[in-house]
Amino acid sequence: MAETLAKAEMPVAAAPLGGTVGDYLALMKPRVMSLVVFTALVGMIAAPGGLHPVLSAIALICITVGAGASGALNMWWDADIDARMGRTAARPIPRGQVTGDEALTLGVILSIFSVLTLGLLVNWVAGGLLALTIAFYLFVYTMWLKRTTPHNIVIGGAAGAFPPMIGWASVTGSVSLESVVLFLIIFMWTPPHFWALALYRCRDYERVGVPMLPVVAGKDETRRQILIYSALLAPLAVVPAFIGLGGRVYLVASVVLGAAFIALAVDVWRVRDGREADATAKRLFAFSILYLFLIFAVLLAELVWRALVG
Amino acid sequence: MDAEEERKRRQRDRSIAIAVVLGLMAILFYVATMVRLGGNVFNRPL
Repeated sequence: MAETLAKAEMPVAAAPLGGTVGDYLALMKPRVMSLVVFTALVGMIAAPGGLHPVLSAIALICITVGAGASGALNMWWDADIDARMGRTAARPIPRGQVTGDEALTLGVILSIFSVLTLGLLVNWVAGGLLALTIAFYLFVYTMWLKRTTPHNIVIGGAAGAFPPMIGWASVTGSVSLESVVLFLIIFMWTPPHFWALALYRCRDYERVGVPMLPVVAGKDETRRQILIYSALLAPLAVVPAFIGLGGRVYLVASVVLGAAFIALAVDVWRVRDGREADATAKRLFAFSILYLFLIFAVLLAELVWRALVG
Repeated sequence: MDAEEERKRRQRDRSIAIAVVLGLMAILFYVATMVRLGGNVFNRPL
């Protein structure tokens, strides 16, 4: 069993040239931001009532910048382990392009501005939820859970699940069942998504002492948990079709995509040895990204269609 | 290109990026004020 890891002092190399603009953008995890902006947009479109298009755009920008701020703060705190993992070694801080202090400053400034702007210009429920999301991702997931428990991404996944709820709250000024369902879909999606990655990146996590499930409980238990979460996710993703969010097209899409997700999870559970085991995990990881995108894309398309056609 | 030139180029690029962001923020707050206040922005004693 891997020992839990205390944060080590990162021997941050001086950045004599200073980072490029691209390095600072990379601190904000642009790929995560793109998923955040997309799911937040769906939450906004799904919400009843209307928000002025300019204020909607401002809300989306704030949510996206808030996600970017979380990314920068995460990279600041995790620079020591990022430097020793293949997947993250090329991030700006481990490469010495940006110092940890710069990442911290960028993250704090963007957090404050995104929360205040969303609160002042849109509403304070949305602003409060954005502040909660950033704080949860930094203090609960990054600083506390990630290095202490194999349940890190189960609980920490809540941070990634908030954006559609913030989008919903931007329009309505409140939180309701529909937005909770959107939250739960991303929440249940996160463990199989990250555990599939952890299955074939297990050595990386083991080397740096991050207690991901495959490191602590073994790969077989991880495969079992992936299967359980996938079996819970698939029916949960169908729920929007029964609470007035999605229609028939969404119903069919969510059932088919859910079945494909479970089929790939069964493959991961079934194939346990050799390169093919890694290949099945990689397939599930890649599909899980496509799955979440398609679930929200179909929902968005149907909502827009309904708004236009009536 | 020597290191000093590269450092200056990066510094200039960063300065431009910050200026653009600040400019966009000013525009954003101006437009948002107009949207939220609407015609009431002119409703004040002269």
